[in-house]
Amino acid sequence: MTLPLGVTFESFTDFGFWTSVGILAGTYTLFTLGLQLNVGFTGIVNFGQAGFMAIGAYTMGILVVKYDWSFWLALPAAVLVAIAFGLLIGLPSLRLRADYFAIATIAAAEIVRITAQNARELTGGNQGLFGFEGEWDNVSDSIESGLQSLGWSDPETLFPLFLVVWATALIATALLHFGTSSPWGRVLRAVREDEDAARALGKNTLVYKLQSLAISATLGALAGFFLALNLNYLNPEEFEPLFTFIGYAVLVLGGLANYWGVAFGAVIMWTILEGTRFVDLPISAEREAAVRFMIVGLVLILLMAFRPQGVFGKKEEMVLGD
Amino acid sequence: MEARSVPSAANLPLRERLRELPALRWARFHPESAAAGVIGLLVLILIIAHGVHEVAQTGLNGLSLGSVYALGAVGLTLVYGILKLVNFAHGEFLTFGAYMAFLVTVTWGAPLVLGIVFAIAATAVLGIAFERIMWGQMRARNAGLLQLLLMAIGLAFLIQNTIQFIWGTEIRRLDVNVTDTVEFLGLRIGRTDLIVIVVGFATLLSIGLMLKYTLLGKRMRALSDNFDLAETAGIDTSRIVLYTWVFAGGLAGLAGVLAGAVTSVKPQMGFELLLPIFAAVILGGIGDAFGALAGGIVLGLVIEWSTLVIEPRWKIMVGFAVLILVLFVRPQGIFGKAKAI
Repeated sequence: MTLPLGVTFESFTDFGFWTSVGILAGTYTLFTLGLQLNVGFTGIVNFGQAGFMAIGAYTMGILVVKYDWSFWLALPAAVLVAIAFGLLIGLPSLRLRADYFAIATIAAAEIVRITAQNARELTGGNQGLFGFEGEWDNVSDSIESGLQSLGWSDPETLFPLFLVVWATALIATALLHFGTSSPWGRVLRAVREDEDAARALGKNTLVYKLQSLAISATLGALAGFFLALNLNYLNPEEFEPLFTFIGYAVLVLGGLANYWGVAFGAVIMWTILEGTRFVDLPISAEREAAVRFMIVGLVLILLMAFRPQGVFGKKEEMVLGD
Repeated sequence: MEARSVPSAANLPLRERLRELPALRWARFHPESAAAGVIGLLVLILIIAHGVHEVAQTGLNGLSLGSVYALGAVGLTLVYGILKLVNFAHGEFLTFGAYMAFLVTVTWGAPLVLGIVFAIAATAVLGIAFERIMWGQMRARNAGLLQLLLMAIGLAFLIQNTIQFIWGTEIRRLDVNVTDTVEFLGLRIGRTDLIVIVVGFATLLSIGLMLKYTLLGKRMRALSDNFDLAETAGIDTSRIVLYTWVFAGGLAGLAGVLAGAVTSVKPQMGFELLLPIFAAVILGGIGDAFGALAGGIVLGLVIEWSTLVIEPRWKIMVGFAVLILVLFVRPQGIFGKAKAI
């Protein structure tokens, strides 16, 4: 079926299309949950999430490919490295005003990306890093045969990844939801609303902000693992600041201070970003890419202008002042 | 001391002890001299290791890069100081300026001078346009920091990708002579680089004089110091705000053309320049226009000198390293005063 503009809807009914959109959306749900914890609940503007994702993915990749670590051992090690990096950046810069912290984190993320680009012996540079997914493939295959034994004759190759990424995203969402409903979460909100007041009540606000950043780094690293398994290679281009800002678009789409909104925002955003690939406009591929990101920019501008709390966000929980 | 700057107990003792070392105490009260001393020492080491000639040669490249940074940084810092807006779309002003010059000089075949003038004017108009459409309205609604930051990023996406939509991702060159070189004192410099340095420094000097001595410049600095007080004192703030965008846009447009002339023109050029420009702004003390001028030049020099020690492909990291280092050691910048940071 072909419509005048060349729009084909076949891809939208294709199971493979929704599997790949689902994996990306799940990955960016994890990625953005970290931003939600930082921005929505703690009031710290972390612009370096792509850097944590890069640290997680590259540490895992390097340990497996270059140092022959077991994949399953490399995962927790990579999470620890991401946390350490978060603390290293956060310790001095979380004392600064929010806008300085934003600039410091984006610079830190760029340092990571450019190191990944230039340290070719270790990271493969722009040629990419390959060959870390072997042990995952075994698990993926056994999930696939499990699905087959349930009576599904030919499941998508990537469907097991889809299942695992969303299981992780749902567990993370639930954990964060309970975490921020606890007394610990109330201190985070107090830091967001009025740091001086929280400090006056005897709370060491820097420690709470560092904890928030460390959890965000963990989520970023997890997103990095799923990104790596989805692509089967690592390339510095996948960690440009652009992706942090896509995370912010997801965040404000879903709404601030609402964890379930993150998954909603991620699905909408990646359906738009991937779906528009199949709209055959009579323009070149690079122009189509440009249109996609013009849409992201417009979504950010319009949401911030007219509904800054996002679709499901709570206005009373949005830090509107400085 | 404000409540905000009371440090939490975590790692205070070591920090305090370090702060009271005599040399660091002196550095804290004479930051300009300390910075000049450190840079002077590094240059001296480089001269001993590589000879005067190479240091001067890379220094020339540094001046050309530094004038691009400085031109970008003045506008960014003025907008921050006066409007309290961290304009993440400032880099895209540079890109826009470069493409305007490309349009005039390559597409229409007009001389470069015309291209420069057109780029400055068009980018200034762009600055005013967004002030009218977005920023003014958001200020009137008392928008918060996060709102403004994300809007600026959205705007950066929009401008960069509109440019990519129109001109594509192809790397373009301005119609300038990049092969001719000029030799003096045994140093060799590209004719275009020389023009960039001359135009850049002449503009920076006039902007510096304008800010220091003219009524407009004084009013701008008054707004940057304290917007409300300036308004109470009878300054027509909305007019000054427009002038601020004219300067920020125009200077960014010029910086974009100059950057495009020495390297090339592509849609991501502005965003790539933005972080070093932020580094220059923070180095000079955010909101401080003279600091931004100096910060830009210093950063350009340091980045180019670093190529004597490290491979050139790593040099962009030096900009980020300076940014992080300044934020950690002296977040108010070399010339800035310790306010609530």
